Amino acid sequence: MSDELVLAGEKLGSRLILGTGGAPSLQVVDEVIGASGTALCTVSMRRVDPTTAGSILDVLSRHGVRILPNTAGCRTAREAILTAQLARDALDTDWVKLEVVADDDTLLPDAIELVDAAERLVADGFKVFPYTNDDPILARRLQRVGCVAVMPLGAPIGSGLGILNPHNIELIVAEAEVPVVLDAGVGTASDATLAMELGCDAVLLASAVTRAQDPGLMAAAMAAAVDAGRLARLAGRIPKREHAHASSPTTGMAVL
Amino acid sequence: MHITVNGEPHEMADGATLADLVAECLRSDKGVAAAVDGEVAPRGSWPGVALRDGQAVELLTAVQGG
Repeated sequence: MSDELVLAGEKLGSRLILGTGGAPSLQVVDEVIGASGTALCTVSMRRVDPTTAGSILDVLSRHGVRILPNTAGCRTAREAILTAQLARDALDTDWVKLEVVADDDTLLPDAIELVDAAERLVADGFKVFPYTNDDPILARRLQRVGCVAVMPLGAPIGSGLGILNPHNIELIVAEAEVPVVLDAGVGTASDATLAMELGCDAVLLASAVTRAQDPGLMAAAMAAAVDAGRLARLAGRIPKREHAHASSPTTGMAVL
Repeated sequence: MHITVNGEPHEMADGATLADLVAECLRSDKGVAAAVDGEVAPRGSWPGVALRDGQAVELLTAVQGG
């Protein structure tokens, strides 16, 4: 069965998108990319440090994964747009994970700045992947301005709290006309499975893998979890019932 | 002339271009983007961007993140 993820017209071989932040070294990044089987990784844009040895770009290139630069740390539409434009020039990609957050404590998206930035980046030719609140109406607005996907959070970035409002994720999925990527909040494998069972097209996670005690093992767990959730979604789960429903025959019982 | 590069003071000869600055500061410009006074300076334009005294240059590249 062919069940490839298509983002912005590009086929990707995995529904697990990996953030590279939080890993203690490039060696760990190398290990988790291999173990996860991901085809798309996020990076951030920061000042060049000439003393740094090695480059994340070399690691990504070696694995042949596509790059999704983010605008992490940006607080305003203006900052995010400039960062996206610099990423496009540096990395030769018009894909951008748009993050415009309000403060350091919550790292929650600033919805007003986010929609403003998204609209202007789309007009500038970007393929915009917005990191957004788990708000169906905001997701709708982001699609209307031309985003190629919507990426609602399950819980705040790095919190590992899982999916705090599964109902809202289902509402976003139900009316989405672009792929839905569960982004942020995943703590362990069952969270990623739930995201896929709810109908998300992919899961984006970083800390759950890069900060796990054994990042390589957790990367493999996440790959299996995303696959399991996707298969279960396609298979169609049984309805939940208030009472038991026997699976053994109820006829032909012996009189004992 | 005095240029600020990634927040640090930097001396350049008068008439130097952005390409000169990048060559002086970095071993490689692979995967690097530049902004001058808050505006993107596209990579292909660097040899033609004459720097002026007091300008602030940001040189960015991809790092682990997201």
